[in-house]
Amino acid sequence: MSEQTNLLTRQQIAARAAQDMEDGWLVNLGIGMPTMIPAFIPSGCDVMFHSENGLIGMGPPPAEGEADQDLISAGKELVTMVSGGAYVHHTDSFAIARGGRLDCAVLGAFQVAANGDLCNWRLPNQTSGSVGGAMDIAAGSKRVFVMMTHTARDGAAKIVAERTYPLTAMKVVTKIFTDMAVISVTPNGFVLDEVAPGLTADDVQAVTDAPLNMDAVGTIDVAA
Amino acid sequence: MQNKKSDTLEGAVSQIHDGATILIGGFADPGTPEILIDGLRDLARRDLTIVINNPGMRDSGVARLIEDGCVSKLICSFQWPRESETFMALHDAGQIGLEIVPQGTLAERMRTAGAGLGGFLTPTAVGTALADGKQTVTVDGTEYLLETPLRGDFALIKAFRADPRGNLIYRRTARNFNPIMAMAADFTIAEVQEDVPIDALDPEEIVTPGVFVDRYHVTGWYEIGKPRNAGSAGH
Repeated sequence: MSEQTNLLTRQQIAARAAQDMEDGWLVNLGIGMPTMIPAFIPSGCDVMFHSENGLIGMGPPPAEGEADQDLISAGKELVTMVSGGAYVHHTDSFAIARGGRLDCAVLGAFQVAANGDLCNWRLPNQTSGSVGGAMDIAAGSKRVFVMMTHTARDGAAKIVAERTYPLTAMKVVTKIFTDMAVISVTPNGFVLDEVAPGLTADDVQAVTDAPLNMDAVGTIDVAA
Repeated sequence: MQNKKSDTLEGAVSQIHDGATILIGGFADPGTPEILIDGLRDLARRDLTIVINNPGMRDSGVARLIEDGCVSKLICSFQWPRESETFMALHDAGQIGLEIVPQGTLAERMRTAGAGLGGFLTPTAVGTALADGKQTVTVDGTEYLLETPLRGDFALIKAFRADPRGNLIYRRTARNFNPIMAMAADFTIAEVQEDVPIDALDPEEIVTPGVFVDRYHVTGWYEIGKPRNAGSAGH
């Protein structure tokens, strides 16, 4: 493959993940790349965003001069509230998460295993960690999408047959969006759904430490 | 009639004693009772256990409590080494304890304490390092962790408005842990932006009924998350 140039940008990954958000969903977004998704939700698709610090109906960053210091996201960014939203306290916010009211959570990851195990809260050599709400949200959401670079900075595979990193939640990841591919997690392991334009299925398999089912591979639509 | 207002900051916090377990509200800056934390620092108590979602960073009040040597244990969901070098240095030297609790579990453990329950079963953290040493219980084929109540001797919370009986309402995402912690402590102290006369709050909209609040102190509006000088002068 031609070096780097065929990798999707962060915006393109967010745009592709946004295509899988369905009308009427309530979605929690993890810190980092997932917070770019709302900008790519088409108008007319009614998706509400939940932020675990007590916000149902999180909107975009405030316009200049309209920031409110009491209105932030779980990522500690100043945000706004959309029409029809609600504020809740922390046990209600996590009742929404654990109680199955989140249609989807989109999270970052260090590793995803073929059985859907998610590792995203601690590095193997860390003595403390920053779990935040990740374990509750991953355990309770109806679907867990992972959005990440396909490999680590050192080139190590992040999509693996069995995890070696500390576990966040068992068997929860349903779909993975990377800068190279879209991959579903099924009872039979990983299925390669789509590859970035200019890449082949074999390119993706070469940097994935688990077998990919390649029976029906499409191309990611980056035109949108 | 009952009036829970404390005119002075010192009067609001002076009962806090060495060795106390203190629940402190807030998620990042919103809802963090920064003025009460300043008052607590002035007391220079020792051997405190602090329960807070994310013990702030850099110049925040809890980071300063830690620097002052007031804290022997921290219970939190989010401790990010890059944001708290002093804490990590003390922790690595074995001088401060750390219990990491998933955020939803942290909130529910306090709610459970406030509700008079003996614990609860959660799917969160099953199979992870945070389940080590915890009992698991299987109900209808699903495995859960048994989590126990987390109660405070004191809670320091922040609200928007209070009436004389201590009924409280909050502002936006500054609500977060505050109503839960109010329930879960033997003695709950609120800092509020403003106080209003009795009956000025709509009973339909009160979030924390005054029965959960022992005392409140009025601070006025202030810019949150800004470093303040040591001491409480001016508040």
